[in-house]
Parts: sequence; C-alpha cells; structure tokens
Amino acid sequence: MHKLSVTGLAKRFGPRKVFSDISFELQTGQSLAVVGPNGSGKTTLLLTALNRYHPTRGEVVFYRANIRLDEDEVRSCTFLVAPYLYLYDDLTAEENLKFFATVAGRSVTGKGIDSLLARVGLERRGMDLVRAYSSGMKQRLKYALALLNEPEFLFLDEPTANLDEDGRQIVSRIIDEYRQKSVVVIATNEREEYDFASDICRLDQ
Amino acid sequence: MPQTSAGLISRAFAVYAKDLRLELRSRYGLNTLLMFSITTLAVVSYSLGQSGLSPKLLSAIFWIIMFFSSIAGLAQVFIREEEAGTSLALRLTADPNAVYLGKLFFNLTLLFIMMVIITPLFFIFMDVPVDNVLLFALMVLLAVIALCAATTLVAAIIARAAVKGTLFAVVAFPIIVVPLMVLVGGGAKVFSGGSIGDVSSELQLLVAYSGVMVTASILLFKYVWQE
Repeated sequence: MHKLSVTGLAKRFGPRKVFSDISFELQTGQSLAVVGPNGSGKTTLLLTALNRYHPTRGEVVFYRANIRLDEDEVRSCTFLVAPYLYLYDDLTAEENLKFFATVAGRSVTGKGIDSLLARVGLERRGMDLVRAYSSGMKQRLKYALALLNEPEFLFLDEPTANLDEDGRQIVSRIIDEYRQKSVVVIATNEREEYDFASDICRLDQ
Repeated sequence: MPQTSAGLISRAFAVYAKDLRLELRSRYGLNTLLMFSITTLAVVSYSLGQSGLSPKLLSAIFWIIMFFSSIAGLAQVFIREEEAGTSLALRLTADPNAVYLGKLFFNLTLLFIMMVIITPLFFIFMDVPVDNVLLFALMVLLAVIALCAATTLVAAIIARAAVKGTLFAVVAFPIIVVPLMVLVGGGAKVFSGGSIGDVSSELQLLVAYSGVMVTASILLFKYVWQE
C-alpha cells in the first residue's frame, strides 16, 4: 500500500502567490485530477510534489507500507509524463529507453523495449531518432518510459496532449491500469480527462 | 521492468556514455574547444613569432589558451541539457551524484582530447624546446583533471542563467586562478629544463586541488542540481 500525503502546501514565486493551503491524501487505487484555469498553478503543484520546487509552506510525503520514503526512494518510485518533459532528440527511442532505465537502476532487454514500444503504438520505430518523431509520437514514447519505470506514484500533466484518437485510447488504458495499482495525479483542463480520476482538487487563480 | 542493484559507477557511466554518444553525433563541444584553441594558437604564433620568448611567457600563453578554450567548451555539458529541456527528465530519474560523475568524466574526455591535439601543435607553432616531454605530459594530465574538477560544478550552476557564457568565465575565474598560476609557474620550470624535483610542489598542489574540488563538488552538486 502506497500513500501520498500533501499537507498545507503553498507556493510563492517572489511576491506572487501560486497556490496556498492545498491538502489531500491518496492511497493506492486512488487518483486525483488537479483542475483550474491557465496559470492557476497545476503544473507548479505537480512539480512541487515531485520535489522540483521547494514548497513555501507545507509538506509532501510519500509512504510505502506506512514508511516514509526518502528522496532517493521517491525518485525511483515516481514518474511524470508532461508536454514539457523532453527526451533526447539525438538518441533513438530505444537508446532513450535504455538510458533512462539504466540511470533509474532498472534492467531492460531488447524484447522488453520492443514490447513497451508496441504497447504505445511505436512498434518498428525504435531505431528512429526522436528528432524525427511527431509531437504525438514523443508523447507516446514518454508513456513507454513511464511503463518502463513502473511508478508507484504516476503524475500526468495534460495526459492526452498532442495525441490522436488512437493515442488517447492507449493512454486511457494505461491510466486505467495504473489507477488500480498506483497513486495517479492528473493536472488537466480537459473535461474528459477529469473522468480518469476519482477525486478533484480545484485550484483558483 | 525489474530493478537492478546498478551502482553509482554504472549509472554514472550511463550518463557519460549518453553524453559521449550525443557528442559524437553533433561534435559541438569538441569543435568549440578545438576551434577556439587552434584559432588563438595560430593568432598568438603569428603575432609573437617563433623564437626569443621566455619560458615564463611561453607557459603563460599555453595555459591561458587552455583556460579560455575550456571556458568556451566545458559548460556545454550542462547548457545542452537545459537548452534541450532534457534536464527535467534527468533530474526526475537520475541520482545527482551519477549525473555529476558522468558529466565530469565526459568533460575530462573532451579536454583530454583537446590537450592531445593542441599540445603538440603549440610545440610546433611556438618552437618550444622541451627536454622532458613526459614531465610536461604529466603536468598537462593533472591540469585536465584540475580544470574539469573546477569547471564542471560551475557549469551546473550557470546552466540556467540567461547570460551563460559570460557568467561561466566570471564565476569560474576565481576558482580556477589558483591552479592557473601554479600551472604557469610549473610550465615555466619545465620549459627551462627543470626536472620532476623542481616541479614536485606544483604537481602535489594540482593533485590536492583536484581532490578538494571533486569532493566539494560531490557534496554540493545535489543542491545545485535540484533547484
């Protein structure tokens, strides 16, 4: 059982308040949609939860079996898929997957990579440089990377951005799978993406 | 996918191998280093002529070229991550120490290749008489380590700044001035025909400086890298 506990979280950039007093708790099998207008701090909330920004107030704690995880453990059990997460354009999809698997301390075989790429509809494109990918294909590759990392806490920012109908269905299946076995947090403005989550956290501007 | 017990070194090697692969495909970093150093060397050689320069002046010219060439090229290792937007993925997945060590080894490789090409060219262009080539080679090797030890952390600090190139030179200079002065003094002794006994204190200082800089960088990098 995994748990994400956010308590009294607030973030300011200088004098500008982004959000304040955000609290929620999610356990394995629960998912949350963070919604709000542009500039309301959805992305900042996700990146603060992932320790990319220090919160101005409050804290974010990750638990596994009621044991608080340290920074290294959090890094190995979380993953983010977002339009602003870029992979290496001058590496192939396979090289990207192998690299991120190794630095995350995971082993992956050629067959494993083929299977991951097939799951996101990128079969036979593994040897192409990511530079040659469309934005939708790059988004699919990020989901392959998420599947590779098998995160216990999956963070998604605009999960279906740049995807065609086929891509949306693939992502929908992945989110369905991870909602059962992980904690999923989704930042979105798209009404149909609210349905991916069991709870909603609304941020106001 | 199963988790492995891949240690720090294998993760650092993955970062190093990735950077090396990207460099082989673009050759941006090495070309920057070589372009700057060869151009400067040619201009200096043409302006000052080939003979009559004192060992101290020769040594100063050599190490100043090396310093500014490394300033021009070594920051790329982090700037490239920031400009391509890949640093977020790296921060979210990789151990900061593995990132630092991988980048340090990459910079060492880059600067070592530059030194291997530029040092013989300097000797030819400037007609430098060196009796003890191996001793000078040892000094160059220690200089590569000291320069990279000092500049890799600075490169991470300035990578997200708006005026990266200028800031890198300004921030790196106070840190690097100590080994630079030592190298100028030691190089002059070698060019004057000095033996290893004459430059032992310089060599020891370079080793100690590199050790301190790498240790401090490993301790500090996590805080520089995370936000």
